[in-house]
Amino acid sequence: MKLRRLIGFNLLTAVVLGIVGFYVGWRLGHLVKAPSLDYFGDTGQNDIALFVAYFTGVIGFLVGLGFANYPIQRILGKPPSLREKETEGIGRYFGLCTDHKVVGIQYLIGIGAFIFIGGLNAMLIRFELLRPTHLAWNGNNYLTLVSIHGTMMMGMMTSGILGPFANYFVPLMIGARRMAFPRIEALTFWLLMAAGAILMTALAFGGFPTGWTGYAPLSEQSNMGMDAYIAFFALVGVSMALLGLNMLATVITMRAPGLSWGRLPIFVWGTVTTSVLMLLAAPVLISTLFMLALDRTAQTSFFNVQAGGSPYLYENLFWMFGHPEVYVLALPGMGIVLELLPVFARKPLWGYRLAVTGMVGIMLLSFLVWQHHLFVSGINGDLRPFYMLSTELISLPTGFIFVCALGTLWAGRIRLTVPMLFALAWIFNFLVGGLSGVFLSDVPSDVTTHGSFFSMAHFHYTIMGGLIFAFFGAVYFWLPKMTGFELNERLGKVHFWVMFIAFNSTFGPLLVIGFLGMPRRVVTYAGYLQGANDWVSVSAFVLGASMLVFLANLIWSQVFVRTPAASNPWGSKSIEFQLPSPVPVHDFDRIPTFGPDPYPYGGVEEGGGYDGRRPAISPARPTA
Amino acid sequence: MWSSRSHGHRIAALTVIGTAIVLPLVVFVLGPNMPPGKGTPVASSQVTDNTVLLVVMTPFTVFILVYLAYALVAFRAAKGEGLIDGPPTRGHFKAQVAWLATTTAAVLFLAIFGTAELLADNGAGGGGGPNPVAKPSGAVLPVQVIGQQWEFTYRYPTYGGVETASLVLPAGREIAFHVTSLDAVHSFWAYELGVKADANPGVDNVAYVRTKKPSTFQIRCAELCGLWHGYMSDTGRVVSPAAFSTWIAARRRQFAPIMKYLPKYASSYAPDPSYRAG
Repeated sequence: MKLRRLIGFNLLTAVVLGIVGFYVGWRLGHLVKAPSLDYFGDTGQNDIALFVAYFTGVIGFLVGLGFANYPIQRILGKPPSLREKETEGIGRYFGLCTDHKVVGIQYLIGIGAFIFIGGLNAMLIRFELLRPTHLAWNGNNYLTLVSIHGTMMMGMMTSGILGPFANYFVPLMIGARRMAFPRIEALTFWLLMAAGAILMTALAFGGFPTGWTGYAPLSEQSNMGMDAYIAFFALVGVSMALLGLNMLATVITMRAPGLSWGRLPIFVWGTVTTSVLMLLAAPVLISTLFMLALDRTAQTSFFNVQAGGSPYLYENLFWMFGHPEVYVLALPGMGIVLELLPVFARKPLWGYRLAVTGMVGIMLLSFLVWQHHLFVSGINGDLRPFYMLSTELISLPTGFIFVCALGTLWAGRIRLTVPMLFALAWIFNFLVGGLSGVFLSDVPSDVTTHGSFFSMAHFHYTIMGGLIFAFFGAVYFWLPKMTGFELNERLGKVHFWVMFIAFNSTFGPLLVIGFLGMPRRVVTYAGYLQGANDWVSVSAFVLGASMLVFLANLIWSQVFVRTPAASNPWGSKSIEFQLPSPVPVHDFDRIPTFGPDPYPYGGVEEGGGYDGRRPAISPARPTA
Repeated sequence: MWSSRSHGHRIAALTVIGTAIVLPLVVFVLGPNMPPGKGTPVASSQVTDNTVLLVVMTPFTVFILVYLAYALVAFRAAKGEGLIDGPPTRGHFKAQVAWLATTTAAVLFLAIFGTAELLADNGAGGGGGPNPVAKPSGAVLPVQVIGQQWEFTYRYPTYGGVETASLVLPAGREIAFHVTSLDAVHSFWAYELGVKADANPGVDNVAYVRTKKPSTFQIRCAELCGLWHGYMSDTGRVVSPAAFSTWIAARRRQFAPIMKYLPKYASSYAPDPSYRAG
């Protein structure tokens, strides 16, 4: 039985077919005798072959997972296989599975692994910066590390919270048994995995030097590693757009009876606003990268100056995606924090409508600010006051989130559990991130801070200090519900404190170093900055070590100790905590109905966030 | 138990006290030391700008931190207490309006102030494109900055278009940097001058600055431009007008024999299409 599982449509087959597909594509690509190839004929560069290889490789990977089965069987008039609907067995996690809870856990592990690789890159970068001159990596390797770190993080973290937690909990929170498009849900995950593998192949093709922004014309000069970046980000874009579409369709159409928009938990609102951004911004990225790929292969000249193109076009298009993208990274964190604070302050969410307004406001404004990345680029010099205004306006809805978080703490009964610590740390870190953003939004100040370590520290405060802290809050909060086993609280606290202190000790000084004149993405720097940089590097290593504490906690508690988790360890009134741990395959026995307030703390209403008079799970029913 | 009102009073009082302590430190200690120093009027006004931003942020920051600290002390659940809910407060209209009003006022002030500073300082040292909105009124010395992988070179169109590998500027003159690139996107960052302007191929990106007394300044490329980006740095000099005349005359003599091989001075140059490098 066990051995039989190895044969069929699963991850093993997918990897094999992926490699076969890659090889076939590589060979086919070499048959194309494009005139462009003659010029670079002696360099061994063949961008066309590589793009074809990535394409066929991904197709092979998806076929191996079984994504072709359903359409083919339907076309042939046969009954579709039920394999993707299996309800038990570890094998479900290694293939196409349409259970939203399986996909959530797949996301957590898969994305976690790639983020770990991205973090490892950061360690290697900080190692090089121990010395102001050359230490370990040559220029190309250093830039490749920087680029893969940035690209991996920005690509994977877009789904860092929506992937694991929204896929798992949004259907539960809205009283649905599945997502609107379960097969697309699985597809978004496996596309990300294929993308991550593709990005790693950049190492085999000479790396790429452009950072995560991929500015043309540098990206048009670069060697074949650049194609890995393009294929990676385009696949991430497809995955993002599909994820957003799926989430929106689910929340719009599948809410349980009585669950009007004003009754949704705030995390669902965070998911909805993020999904809108994903759905609208990701296509811009995909088309931009498509143009870049055409420039590199078919000799078009979208971004090629001497043939009439413009690098400004790339910068504009990239940031039209790129700025909504950074709010794709911010909004889910806000949703998590506002979801956790009521539970651990034992209060209803303070200013629910204000928080929703804040999220929607951020969502709308995020499309109107992108040229603040181009304040000194010389593009539209007279529009700078407008972008300064729109950028600073976005601090208003962000301020709503802050005031709702603070108001929720008011007169609460605060319990400093591990998830709560992460949520509170989010408030501090995002405050620093937001305030440093004010300098970057102000044109005169941006003249100095633009492109410096200051801006790098700023977005690490918002993305790592914001999103990653919220991510870990969510992990400690929800993982016992997802796996059914507790996490060790003592190790969790160690992890939190080491991470929080090391994080601030890493990125706080980087704000200063940037102010003192150190540009981003450099392999050498002024000698007088060595002391500060060494401090930062050592802090970064401690920060990296805190992740090992987490990893140890995860493996120790989930694999070896396996203390069964209570169904409601935090005393939450949200519906997912009224279900057993782990959540049974069918989610609910019957579709629950919901009361008027998602946060009925304070003894106003009996039961839970849903209408507790009609339990979603019959107590008598065995749930294992 | 204290009443909700006395909590509010305490937080307000602590915020006022905290702001009263921090604000002078920001204005008198941190502010004057803000980057990028006072090497030029543009740089000084960036320092002023940074100080104003800090001043506006201070009360908000102090409030949020005081509130957080206060909440963690006063609103903590007792050790070992069961699940006791807090009061079911779902908002406070006046507090929300007050927050909205103060943050809006601060944001509008910052945007107006930033715009005023931007226009008053002829673009505040930032690249404003080929034809910036705000220009200095008097005579300017144009200096072209050409970024290429991986160095900056400089041309002086008023001195016969001579091209040099080092940047020397006369003191007390209004300078117009015309920043362009031959290949990838670079960014010309003269830290102590308070100048940063992207170098785009085919674009003439202008930034204005008025030099003060003789000094040196650091130049770095601030936009990732490929393999040796990290090594693309330089030191520029501001010298007395007399020393500048001597220096530029010497450069013109030195490079006279090769001037005929240089392309004619232009606002931008056609990049070499056959170049492909890491």
